[in-house]
Amino acid sequence: MEFSELIRTGQAQAELLRGPEMPPLRGTLCVTGHHLLLSPGPQATPDLWLLLLRSVDSIEKRVAGDAGTITLRCKDLRVLQLDIEGVEATLDIARSIEALSSLESVITSFPFFYRPKGLRLGESWHFHPPERYYKRVARETRAWRLSEANEDFSLCPSYPRAVIVPRAVDDDALARSARFRQGGRFPVLSYYHAPSGTVLLRSSQPLTGPQKRRCTEDEELLQAVLAGARPGARGFIVDTRSAQAAKQARMTGGGTEAKSAYPGWKRLHRPLERGRPLQESFVHLVEACGDLEQSMDRWLSRLDGCRWLSHVKEALSTACLAAQGMEWEGACILVHGAEGTDSTLLVTSLAQLILDPLSRTMAGFQELIEREWIQAGHPFQLRCAHSAFSHTRPKHEAPIFLLFLDCVWQLGRQFPLSLEFGEGMLLALFDHSYASPFGTFLCNSEKERCLCEVRTRTHSLWSGLNQPKEQRKLRNPLYAPNPLAIWPSVEPQSLRLWQGLFLRWTHPPEPSEVAWEKVWQIATDQEKTEGSQPTDSASEPQP
Amino acid sequence: MEHIRTTKVEQVKLLDRFSTSNKSLTGTLYLTATHLLFIDSHQKETWILHHHIALVEKLALTTSGCPLVIQCKNFRIVHFIVPRERDCHDIYNSLLQLSKQAKYEDLYAFSYNPKQNDSERLRGWQLVDLAEEYKRMGLPNSNWQLSDANRDYKICETYPRELYVPRIASKPIIVGSSKFRSKGRFPVLSYYHQNKEAAICRCSQPLSGFSARCLEDEHLLQAISKANPANRYMYVMDTRPRLNAMANRAAGKGYENEDNYSNIRFQFVGIENIHVMRSSLQKLLEVNGTKGLSVSDFYSGLENAGWLRHIKAVTDAAIFLAKAIMVENASVLVHCSDGWDRTSQVCSLGSLLLDPYYRTIRGFMVLIEKDWISFGHKYSDRCGHLDGDPKEVSPVFTQFLECVWHLTEQFPQAFEFNEAFLLQIHEHIHSCQFGNFIGNCQKEREELKLKEKTYSLWPFLLHDQKKYFNPLYSSTSQKLAVLEPNTVSFNFKFWRNMYHQFDRTLHPRQSVFNIIMNMNEQNKQLQKDVKDLESQIKQHKNKQTDGVLTKELLKSVRPESPALKTSLCLKEQTLLPVKDALRTVEGSSPADNRYSEYADEFSKAEPAVVSSEYGVARMTC
Repeated sequence: MEFSELIRTGQAQAELLRGPEMPPLRGTLCVTGHHLLLSPGPQATPDLWLLLLRSVDSIEKRVAGDAGTITLRCKDLRVLQLDIEGVEATLDIARSIEALSSLESVITSFPFFYRPKGLRLGESWHFHPPERYYKRVARETRAWRLSEANEDFSLCPSYPRAVIVPRAVDDDALARSARFRQGGRFPVLSYYHAPSGTVLLRSSQPLTGPQKRRCTEDEELLQAVLAGARPGARGFIVDTRSAQAAKQARMTGGGTEAKSAYPGWKRLHRPLERGRPLQESFVHLVEACGDLEQSMDRWLSRLDGCRWLSHVKEALSTACLAAQGMEWEGACILVHGAEGTDSTLLVTSLAQLILDPLSRTMAGFQELIEREWIQAGHPFQLRCAHSAFSHTRPKHEAPIFLLFLDCVWQLGRQFPLSLEFGEGMLLALFDHSYASPFGTFLCNSEKERCLCEVRTRTHSLWSGLNQPKEQRKLRNPLYAPNPLAIWPSVEPQSLRLWQGLFLRWTHPPEPSEVAWEKVWQIATDQEKTEGSQPTDSASEPQP
Repeated sequence: MEHIRTTKVEQVKLLDRFSTSNKSLTGTLYLTATHLLFIDSHQKETWILHHHIALVEKLALTTSGCPLVIQCKNFRIVHFIVPRERDCHDIYNSLLQLSKQAKYEDLYAFSYNPKQNDSERLRGWQLVDLAEEYKRMGLPNSNWQLSDANRDYKICETYPRELYVPRIASKPIIVGSSKFRSKGRFPVLSYYHQNKEAAICRCSQPLSGFSARCLEDEHLLQAISKANPANRYMYVMDTRPRLNAMANRAAGKGYENEDNYSNIRFQFVGIENIHVMRSSLQKLLEVNGTKGLSVSDFYSGLENAGWLRHIKAVTDAAIFLAKAIMVENASVLVHCSDGWDRTSQVCSLGSLLLDPYYRTIRGFMVLIEKDWISFGHKYSDRCGHLDGDPKEVSPVFTQFLECVWHLTEQFPQAFEFNEAFLLQIHEHIHSCQFGNFIGNCQKEREELKLKEKTYSLWPFLLHDQKKYFNPLYSSTSQKLAVLEPNTVSFNFKFWRNMYHQFDRTLHPRQSVFNIIMNMNEQNKQLQKDVKDLESQIKQHKNKQTDGVLTKELLKSVRPESPALKTSLCLKEQTLLPVKDALRTVEGSSPADNRYSEYADEFSKAEPAVVSSEYGVARMTC
């Protein structure tokens, strides 16, 4: 397809308003296949302003006299205003942006064209696959194996090629279990908790249906999990739906594990919000955050009404429950909801952050996201197709990944020294999950990514983020490795609105940024003085 | 002593305030003349000063014993279970007596003895010197002078002796004006802005009723206006809501009529009165004290309490004041009804925005001493030091501290002090351990001979000032000279560390503050070491005339360098608190948190039934 068909105008004169704190930019506006460009001329700083069209969430145009105004609301929650000379030019530019920002095709998206200096294609792509995690598990226990039964994605289209399963279960049994689970997502290992020898598993709901069907292989698989942990080990199934919703799911072929069929396993229901209600919660919160004039009462009532912080609290407490089951009860935990690609991943990944010190490092966190979200088949393309400003009716959009990032931010606030990455990292992940020049968050599953050759034809976000120049933005200068589990408080008094994200553009936190810079300075001073001291005294004397 | 019947009760249980299960610590309760002390089985001590007790309640007898709930003015709430009802009754009665004293002389400050001699005590009292402070502002000058009108508290009992007034305001004008103002609190200077030559003045409401006027008062306002050469008009800020001010007219009080005063711009700013504030805080405490509070109840509770709305109103008023001076060069006269609550809040907060000095540890003490203590904020009434009218109690000063805290959150580098400093001051306005906040005005304090019989708080805070430093403070930043806070609603947050100061489970588990403090100190020490070493090397070089230092000599330098050794020791030491921080992480077990109680289901017999409030709520919708 030719982008030129969609671009209706070459260029126009325009003024860009980027919010109250930033000076307006004046110059020539131009639409290309993937970008909106504004060039204010060679003397100006910056001499070029770029916006990835993919990051436009909604567009609004108004014309008056012989000029027009376009308001762009971006997926990163930024609101931009373009004042354009000429009515025709305004309408043409608006139409071009509309058409180009909503292209469905993956392989014509910008990551397939993005070739930054200093990065090589294919770099970092083999950086975090499940194989690597299996090596860690295999060092601790012999009860698990790496199965390549899903090599051709025939068992489960949303799983990666290789998954970690109990050694006692063969690939045929896996295939049967897969047929008994929605979308073929049979129980696989998500995390091995070495101190207690217990494991965290995830899957989708069993297809028991109204007849309460059973599957011997599926039951044996979970039995093998308990046997592999230690004799007499117990298990808990954390169902992220309410008991009633789980029961109702039987009518449509789904359901939940029957007590009698899975001895040793006990079911707990922890309903977590997902899908459209979660998306609406996000939309309402962003709306409330955009209103600078509202009274205190109105703000508090909207903050309450959108329920976002309730979702944060519930996600965190469910993750804590799973983590506690492992560390304190010595039990194995299986997490699933319906499809097992959303709230399930939220719970398993948060539980790991709480328990596993490695996942709190920069590399470990990237590995966690790669393993527990990207490879685990969270449908990023569907969930992040639109952000909070879109006028189109949400279909599959839901900010589950954002909810995860918010929970991590809350952890970071309560344990400010225990995460190696800072708020900047979380913000970058949010931005890139909705629109990115990198290929990491493209598609909905490994299978799709293979079909589109994402790995060979796009750059990995991780190689972009791990460049030295990015580090000051992304890292936590106060990080000190903490070998213990971090148990957050989930009381409403301890949770806060993530201002750095939700108020990033409406309300620039300038003084706190300066303060943060100072923290960096103190921390790096420390490294410098500590590091240089011996060399100073050793090298000085030589005249 | 006569109030104490039982001094020691064993096997007392202390319940966790937020636990929904009946988790508790067992220990021994001691009652002393000044404190209630609980020592649990791990020898951890919980001290509660009798003066901090706001409310003692004896609840209905249970099977495990008699519950005794104590609510403190510093927002600590403890819940004891005393095994025998008799003991509980004795302690209850004693605490009722001990927490509400009838006479000033029975307050803790009159018996507190920190082992200082009289001259130390006197020096402590002289630490904050208001005469010095007015000098710092550049007073007296050609427009403003010290008035001796109130030297003997003849004109106004609740004002200090020394007051600054416009040079052209004669004594008859002052006397006349004071007769026209509620409680005789006539317009005087609170802060003088040297560069702008503008002043913040304060007073109480005029006794204008529906039509009364007073020429002397009009003259005095004109004199204030004229004392500012840069601007012809001045602002008169009535900090009350318009309706309240109007209602006061019926009682012969009211507000300035713009027609009678030349060149004033009159403005209401709408801060509610002490009764509204008292019940607002009460509502806030009810919400955050709820067990098993949901996010939704918390925010609707915050909204209903209106507390943050009031904090915003006070801050907005202070910003209005600061802007009038900075942008318009205009002097401002602030009043409310009596001019000792809202007026103190707005004047002091306004000065804090304008003058970086008040954002230092010492300057903040001066500010409190000036705008609150000396101008007659009724600490003893507002904090309920003595058994008196509960309608006089109101968290006006707490509100001021909270406004300051919000500023420190918004401007992390603008304040020399940290949150702990504010909390410590709050602790002591109620503790009655020091004399500063006892009494309702200077005259009363002099009569009580506080300077001879009690100690001042400030030297003790200064002595511990290391604890109160803000490691990010930047004293030189030009940008932060005048603060222009943004009072958009998002910026006002529930102050967890104030209202849950003693509920450790709700706090962040690691402190950024400590680690930055340590880093800063280490940096300083290391830089000093480098300097020391460099100077030693220089010395060696000087000795060796040929200027070449052999490796051997260098070796001899190293071991004998004391600086290096101390730095190593120091590293060990300063790293220790960091490890402590880790230990607190360890301490934050899931058992401390409420999700642990969801986990009760781990051991329940019937797994399929969801009993937690969450499950039920979800199922019904």
